[in-house]
Amino acid sequence: MAATPETEIVAGIGNDYKYGFRDEENYVFKSERGLTREVVEAISEHKNEPDWMRKFRLKSLEYFEARPLPEWGGDLTQIDFENIYYYIKPTEKQAKSWEDLPPDIKNTWDRLGIPEAERKFLAGVGAQYESEVVYHKLQEQLESQGVIFLDMDSGLREHEELVKQYFGTIIPQNDNKFAALNSAVWSGGSFIYVPPGVSIEMPLQAYFRINAENMGQFERTLIIVDEGAYVHYVEGCTAPIYTTDSLHSAVVEIIVKEGGRCRYTTIQNWSTNVYNLVTKRAVAYKDATMEWVDGNLGSKLTMKYPAIWLLGERAHGEVLSIAFANQGQHQDAGGKAVHVAPKTTSTITSKSISKNGGRASYRGLLEVAKGAEGAKSKVVCDALILDEDSRTDTYPYIRIDEDNVDIGHEATVSKIGEEQLFYLMSRGLSEAEAAAMIVSGFVEPITKELPLEYAVEMNRLIQLQMEGSVG
Amino acid sequence: MGGAGTPSGARFLIMALLELKNLHVALEDGTEIVKGVDLAVNTNETHAVMGPNGSGKSTLAYALMGHPAYEITEGELLLDGEDLTQMEADERAQKGLFLAFQYPHAVPGVTVTSFMRSAINAVRKAKAGEDDPIPIPEFRKELMAAMEQLKVPREMASRYLNEGFSGGEKKRVEILQMAMLKPRIAVLDETDSGLDIDALKIVAGGVKSLVGPNMGAIVITHYQRILNYIDPDYVHVFVDGRIVEEGGPELAHKLEAEGYEAFTPEVVK
Repeated sequence: MAATPETEIVAGIGNDYKYGFRDEENYVFKSERGLTREVVEAISEHKNEPDWMRKFRLKSLEYFEARPLPEWGGDLTQIDFENIYYYIKPTEKQAKSWEDLPPDIKNTWDRLGIPEAERKFLAGVGAQYESEVVYHKLQEQLESQGVIFLDMDSGLREHEELVKQYFGTIIPQNDNKFAALNSAVWSGGSFIYVPPGVSIEMPLQAYFRINAENMGQFERTLIIVDEGAYVHYVEGCTAPIYTTDSLHSAVVEIIVKEGGRCRYTTIQNWSTNVYNLVTKRAVAYKDATMEWVDGNLGSKLTMKYPAIWLLGERAHGEVLSIAFANQGQHQDAGGKAVHVAPKTTSTITSKSISKNGGRASYRGLLEVAKGAEGAKSKVVCDALILDEDSRTDTYPYIRIDEDNVDIGHEATVSKIGEEQLFYLMSRGLSEAEAAAMIVSGFVEPITKELPLEYAVEMNRLIQLQMEGSVG
Repeated sequence: MGGAGTPSGARFLIMALLELKNLHVALEDGTEIVKGVDLAVNTNETHAVMGPNGSGKSTLAYALMGHPAYEITEGELLLDGEDLTQMEADERAQKGLFLAFQYPHAVPGVTVTSFMRSAINAVRKAKAGEDDPIPIPEFRKELMAAMEQLKVPREMASRYLNEGFSGGEKKRVEILQMAMLKPRIAVLDETDSGLDIDALKIVAGGVKSLVGPNMGAIVITHYQRILNYIDPDYVHVFVDGRIVEEGGPELAHKLEAEGYEAFTPEVVK
């Protein structure tokens, strides 16, 4: 009796990318390929920025050029920086209504389900296409409460002082090579300010879409959650499939003030020709909570380690990370928690799945500074390997300079076993359904933290991919 | 196979629902474990297969369900006249076969409820030829009723399948699955092992109540204990991969008194 080996059962996972379609390019402006001082000047000019920002960009370009490529993490040597378009302006001005968008672009958003999601369960939406946010809207009642939710460019124009106060303070422009790159050519992204005590019940969502081949997308996000306030920000991203590479390099800075709470959820589903090199960092003050929920399903190479600096007493940080590495993909993901103040707590939970030769790495940092007495942290990394060709690695860096702390670290590696599959199949589930169920269960500790709509979508994606149908 | 669509009543008289004819089962390395078994089981019947440790009882159970590590090398396995030997475990389940595992696997992150609903829907889909999910109110009602009967606490429904379950909880949830999936033939592999007397009574009572016009059962066991509560119609003594003696319930008592030694064939001795 021929039994299908697990390797064949799971071979279909992840082969079904249904966001690979593309639009014709009818753009207002497209820069030349490659990165020069002129390109940076042109971006600043298009945006009609204040002089300090122009200077900030040019200085960042110098830092970017001076820094060598990182030699750790994934293989970055194949990125052809000269072949990338660093700025594309798709439309003349931002739309307040989906109907005002060019038909092609509107159609793309419809296919991605963004207008429908906005109607059903979102408090506000920003939709970035190439370099610019082409649609943006916030519920009026939130606007009247003083909530600011704008694209970053509008944020700079309309709230220059607030932006100037925080921009580049959490992630300095020379923090790392790709933060420097973003600081030089940033465009789009979100600017959010939540006033003291305001709790936004429904999520705000930003969606990032790359359309052009060899596109470089460099959105910049700054979120300020004032005292006792709450926001849940969700981002999603997709791109067409091309044979040559694109580059996505974002910077996200978050400030959570005393007693505030911010949750930042990412469902990253780039096509597998996109380098995704993102710097995300938050600071949490006294009694504040910062949560990163980070799902990495797509891209060629992702290097992303959402960080939380716990600066005030009893601040709490949480990182929940899912990485799915399929054929030709390397997900180098994880999280960082830095305890600076006493009685701060953090947990990092990482779940990775690798198949078909994919590679998933957990890379994390846990640091407790002298004086952070009574700090508590727990790091759990679980890896599921679906076949013999795939790979998982764990790089947990731990630095503790305080004696009175409670630190835990656990790591497991597992496979889908023949016995487990047989058990589920003996109840009538097909091999693919059984394998999908095991994978869904594996990531459940994280999907259960997602808003229902996203959890359903995540499970549906896994299910579809397990069936191995061609998209 | 001509089974589909024809009323089973007429055929019922000439063939049993589940038939094992000279069934041989071997491991992947060729070692033969089951060495020619004949067995016929109908609905409304409970068959006890009793044997000592290492006699090949569990191998027989796995092979019936289609475990890929056990190969049927010779003989026939028929359900309603239809050959099962080339079917995967899921197809056999969809045809109405069920195995209650001796050591059910944990499936972390998947609740008992969602697992059960997926399994029921998979079977319904196979029967209808298209998606035919059970309406949620109907599912809930059946689940609640079955849980109550088997004295499975309500909170178990939202726990992850078999994860952190005690031995008794696992066995009860196996029988719960059986009650929900409504198989035509259920094979219970050492369901009595690791159960205290109260749990044993509940589990046995559950099995007994399900055996009827719609279901027959094969109860595989080492001990006679569970048979006190299940009342088998037939007892088969299974030693070294073969059925060496068959009879009514009285045979179980004889076994309990005399042990398996008396039934061990000379060749093995």
